[in-house]
Amino acid sequence: MTTPKPTLAVWKFASCDGCQLTLLNCEDELLQIAGQLQIANFPEASSQVIEGPYDVSLVEGSITTPGDAERIRRVRRQSRILITIGACATSGGIQALRNFSGDLAPLVYASPQYIDSLRTSTAIAEHVQADFELRGCPIGKHQLLEVIAALLSHRRPNVRGHSVCIECKRAGLSCVMVAHGTPCLGPVTQAGCGAICPAYHRGCYGCFGPMETPNTKALAARWRELGATDQAVHRAFRTFTAAAEPFRKEADAHDAR
Amino acid sequence: MTHGSRVKVPALARVEGEGGLEIITSGGKVTEARLDIYEPPRFFEAMLRGRRYTEPPDITARICGICPVAYQMSACAAIENACGVTVTEQVERLRRLLYCGEWIESHTLHIYLLHAPDFLGYDSGIHLARDHPELVQRALRVKKAGNGLMTVIGGRSVHPVNVRVGGFYRAPAPAALRALASELEWARQTAEETVRWVAAFDFPDFSHNYEFVSLRHPHEYPITQGRIVSTSGLDITPAHYDERFTEFQVPHSTALHSLLDGNLTYLTGPMARYSLNHDRLPPDIARLAREAGLENKCHNPFRSIIVRAIELLYACDEALRLIASYEPPDPPAVDVQPRRATGYGVSEAPRGLLYHRYRIQADGTIEDAKIVPPTSQNQRAIEADLRDFTATRLHLPQDQLTHECEQAVRSYDPCISCAAHFLDLRVSPR
Repeated sequence: MTTPKPTLAVWKFASCDGCQLTLLNCEDELLQIAGQLQIANFPEASSQVIEGPYDVSLVEGSITTPGDAERIRRVRRQSRILITIGACATSGGIQALRNFSGDLAPLVYASPQYIDSLRTSTAIAEHVQADFELRGCPIGKHQLLEVIAALLSHRRPNVRGHSVCIECKRAGLSCVMVAHGTPCLGPVTQAGCGAICPAYHRGCYGCFGPMETPNTKALAARWRELGATDQAVHRAFRTFTAAAEPFRKEADAHDAR
Repeated sequence: MTHGSRVKVPALARVEGEGGLEIITSGGKVTEARLDIYEPPRFFEAMLRGRRYTEPPDITARICGICPVAYQMSACAAIENACGVTVTEQVERLRRLLYCGEWIESHTLHIYLLHAPDFLGYDSGIHLARDHPELVQRALRVKKAGNGLMTVIGGRSVHPVNVRVGGFYRAPAPAALRALASELEWARQTAEETVRWVAAFDFPDFSHNYEFVSLRHPHEYPITQGRIVSTSGLDITPAHYDERFTEFQVPHSTALHSLLDGNLTYLTGPMARYSLNHDRLPPDIARLAREAGLENKCHNPFRSIIVRAIELLYACDEALRLIASYEPPDPPAVDVQPRRATGYGVSEAPRGLLYHRYRIQADGTIEDAKIVPPTSQNQRAIEADLRDFTATRLHLPQDQLTHECEQAVRSYDPCISCAAHFLDLRVSPR
């Protein structure tokens, strides 16, 4: 007897589609994945929708509307394992900048009363339990493949919580902060991108969010010594994962307002 | 479809984002067709206020994971325009090369994985792969060639990190680009086969007399720069965009609608670019377009898949030309100092014209930002087409009508994240 293939669903909330595109960007592996998992609900790629429940749900995007706050509960009920993918789903994303401002709708829309939007953008885990969180804006292809491989072999994904610095050293890059005095968020940012910013001669801008136990205070002090203003430190922590706790606090500590 | 019935079908799949479709009938006639877009708004223009003038390329890339380079390029163009800076020829050429990578990746995704399954009777590229693995494998390989270009130049294909106001953080080594040439050459040949393959599809007999809007450049097929032109003779620089195009809100969409000169519905994107710029294509590509059945203008939205294939071929061809003549920009970026000014930038995203405007203060703080994505501009044209399209098809069974409307919407390659995933079709008698 053959075991039925595990079913996979991919869901989108407020986001740019980039993380689910990362799945379609696994050009060498996509057809193999499709061979081992049954892609049961992935509207961006397929018109076919197979009813849940699903073995695995990948969830992209953050919760920004009352309707989506309800929808994520329905997704959770239909999913045996729920994995959040990307900065929006794991921290609220760039659109969490609204959490720190007044109502933004009137600045964009002439008739804000038609816009049904919450005042905050929040991570999926603030609404339902997430079984695993994959970071990044966007997520890294290799980490995504590792998560899928781990699911298929019933083990925990081997995705470490260490900093970009470790990846940077492994890649043999010279430190942009030590060698060029370029402010870099690498020491406090979770690895997974392959240290691409230092490889392109710029400082890491933190799009994977905080690593485990980051020392943001020491890094911010070093940035100040390198000549960065308080405002620049504030902005660096308040961009792509602004609502992630360690970054939120460090940004608050340098808020000039 | 019988009078008085109502159709509701969950999920127009294979588009980027979340929206619905509603057809309203009265006395057996279509009175209104609405593209309902309920993608949750993310308020980018408001979030940009108070940020540094150097930040929009990274921040606005996050509007769309499929076309981040388009956002980066229009943002850079607008800020450089505000600061009175012109980039070097080398920077401009490297930007065009990066943009070719995005056209290749995006057009291949749409042609093979999102659109072709409609013509071949499959639910997805993955289902297509079960019967025709060779077709999907070649698509994935072409797509990878585009992503490879974006990865070498930009560091990664989704939200590249190497783009900055003024140019790039680091110029790629010539050898790293030359290493991509053989795959791009293969992609170029495959794109030619793609043109012939899609040209043989069965297309519904439907056409619309569009007002097309696109960029136009003195020598090149437009990608990164040019004047904004239209079928009826518009010919302006990006700085005059706001005088001619007005955005306004409708209750059924979180994406603003847009009109030209107060009342003209218009279309941007591959059909507009081709119809207004076919004379800028290299002769061999123009010839292949004619062999594939395209005339000087393309008015049938279903045939846009042929235009996308022609543009895919052009992007591969252009990328090879740019790699062959590549000189690394040195320095990789020109210095851009802020000044109090407003700047305008337009480029041709895979889905059409993308406009950015920034007003910055003397210290480089952004005071105001405006971004008009292609899909929001195209909403009205899509609605007008759906009205005409359904008018002659109301006799069809509901399932079939719904399916054909979904196909019609997909032919525009709407990106509702830019401007949606679940499209409900409702046909309601009033």
